[in-house]
Amino acid sequence: MSAVLKTAAAAPAGARQRVHFRPWNVGRWVVWGGFALLLGVAPLVFTSGLAMTMLSQMGYMIIICLSYNLLLGQGGMLSFGHAVYVGLGAFSAIHAMNLIGAGRLALPMSMVPLAGGLAGAGVAALLGWVTTKKSANTFAMITLGVGELVAAMALMFPEFFGGEGGISANRTAGKPVWGISFGPQVQVYYLIALYCFVCTAALYALTRTPLGRMLNAVRDNPERVEFVGYNTQVVRYLAFIIAGFFAGIGGGLTALNFEIVTADSVGGFRSGSYLLFTFLGGAFFFFGPIIGAVLLVLAFVLFSEITKAWQIYLGLVFMFMVMFAPGGFSSLIMMNLRVAAFGKLRRLASSYLALGGTGAVALAGAAAIVEMIYHVQLNSALGPTLRFMGATLDVQRLDSWFGAVFVMAVGIAMFEVARREFKRQWDETQQEIEKEIKRREIL
Amino acid sequence: MEFFTTSLLNGISYGLLLFMLSSGLTLIFSMMGVLNFAHASFYMLGAYFAYTTTLFVGFWPSLLVAPLLTGAVGALFERWCLRRVHRFGHVAELLITFGLSFVILELVQLTWGRSAVDYRVPAALDGPLFTLYGTQFPIYRAFMMGIALLMLVSVWLLLSRTRIGLVIQGALTHPEMVEALGHNVPRVFMGVFGGGAALAGLAGVIGGNAYVTEPTMAGAVGPIIFVVVVVGGMGSLAGAFVASLLIGLVQTFAVALDQSALGALQSAGVAVTPETFGYPLLKLKISQVAPILPYLLLVLMLIFRPKGLMGTREG
Repeated sequence: MSAVLKTAAAAPAGARQRVHFRPWNVGRWVVWGGFALLLGVAPLVFTSGLAMTMLSQMGYMIIICLSYNLLLGQGGMLSFGHAVYVGLGAFSAIHAMNLIGAGRLALPMSMVPLAGGLAGAGVAALLGWVTTKKSANTFAMITLGVGELVAAMALMFPEFFGGEGGISANRTAGKPVWGISFGPQVQVYYLIALYCFVCTAALYALTRTPLGRMLNAVRDNPERVEFVGYNTQVVRYLAFIIAGFFAGIGGGLTALNFEIVTADSVGGFRSGSYLLFTFLGGAFFFFGPIIGAVLLVLAFVLFSEITKAWQIYLGLVFMFMVMFAPGGFSSLIMMNLRVAAFGKLRRLASSYLALGGTGAVALAGAAAIVEMIYHVQLNSALGPTLRFMGATLDVQRLDSWFGAVFVMAVGIAMFEVARREFKRQWDETQQEIEKEIKRREIL
Repeated sequence: MEFFTTSLLNGISYGLLLFMLSSGLTLIFSMMGVLNFAHASFYMLGAYFAYTTTLFVGFWPSLLVAPLLTGAVGALFERWCLRRVHRFGHVAELLITFGLSFVILELVQLTWGRSAVDYRVPAALDGPLFTLYGTQFPIYRAFMMGIALLMLVSVWLLLSRTRIGLVIQGALTHPEMVEALGHNVPRVFMGVFGGGAALAGLAGVIGGNAYVTEPTMAGAVGPIIFVVVVVGGMGSLAGAFVASLLIGLVQTFAVALDQSALGALQSAGVAVTPETFGYPLLKLKISQVAPILPYLLLVLMLIFRPKGLMGTREG
């Protein structure tokens, strides 16, 4: 591996010449190369139509969730109105597409998401000036209010938002560039993948700039930042505009992908789901929202097909996550990676198996109860029986209910036993790791 | 004149209902620093509990039972969920209440269905109280105002004139000292949260049948009470009172007005056609703009007076 030796030749006279030794960061090249490879290869592995639409959705959801995490994770700003910037970006993009179709705008179709991004940044510059005046809790309430404001306005101006039916466009309009017409879904996917990679890289690079660092400082200790001489409001405002820009790009890609945008894309439900899944993925690590975005698409497309009660599961998982793993899935992964790095993961394996097994039993019981209640509420016209994981449950007979409650109770009791054992082992492992780290420091 | 009086009375009763909700939110916020996103969900729970208990025990007992049930749900939530995330900071606290609002909405739809339930005003309170300029004023509106005022006075007396209020206020500023005197501070907070939820539940009991009891009722009123709290000034009860009445009146008056800027311009002799710049904006009626007025008020307030009507702190 070649190392780069850099001499600070431009050092001012009198200052001591410093020599920097900077080895190439192999891990970074591997990770980003792997990410690019994954984006490129995915449609070759998953070739079905459903997989293709899901991959496309994941691509722009990653951008949207990452842009959201610029606020939540990097800046400590809990926004309840992120869909405003995504949605308005999408509307601007769809209007741009229609202008291209009418021949009044000379822009290649692949540049349309940038139009969305500019619109998102513009709206964020306008609204963010008001919202970023406050931080923390008040910021959250104001973004909620502004989100409702825009959502209500979407129904007031059917000329721009298309009313109930939304606005549709044709992405194959305009002149094809290099023979790419965006007719086939795979071409759209690769455009989304390209945007996804570039935006992810840009957002990562942002965390390494002075602005990104100041944003973290504003999150952690705004008072001290003020004393150092920065204006926290300006830092938040800049971050808000940048987040709006990338959210708008994501929105523009949704417009390009679906060729239709409806008024509910600026609504509170969308904002809520961006928040929920970004948090589930993990706000503490840069890659957390990527996991969140993948989960979002899986939940909305696949999980909602399996069960009607998916939103209640989602809400419960979210609450458990906030209580027990506030760092989301990414922090769980990183904690276990640390254990693995010290070669102690094998010791925890049996505990994990026990946890997983007993948890599955408890979940199966709980899910049976939820499914039966949903069946009573929604599908009672279809008869009293329902199929659940290979078993036939009868909502009119007591033994089905009793069985479900029994399975859940047993599962919970066993899970608690397994959890205690796991906690003991986990704490032990963590202590050993801490000790090991101290020992290495001394050496 | 008739229109003015009716709207005024309706606006005041709606404003008082908003204040019942925002007061609980403000209390919880100023005592525990927790912004309860699920406050409107407790309002909805109160209405649904009242609907069910009314079927069994009648309206008057459920006026007490339903808020108690809601308060119990709130206290349990504080004990098992909120207390756990307290050490992760305010964002985590806000997030867990956000999750709770999600779960409560789903549970309500699971238990009572997705459409509105038939929760009615009791027969004893059905009918007009008096007739003013040919318009009848329902007894139930007066009852709502009475309950709201009664609740507010009793909460104020409880907090400022009793020993319990003293302990709560002490636990807020000097938790260690109060603990040293032998009071269980976490339990005090549990009580405060449960009490705030019970207040929201009471608002649900008397608001649910005056308006409609349906799963969307929490989502409809939730953002508004946040606006009330910000406009009134974070943590200020008096500010919340003024802001609630203001927003209640503004919304009630606006819904009933059919004028638009277009009509005003035309009657002033200005010719406005669909080609005129800003026509979509001009042709909007005031009643169509009504839903966004509270949020516009919020934005204007933040631009011109960021600390709110009666807030004390900037930040």
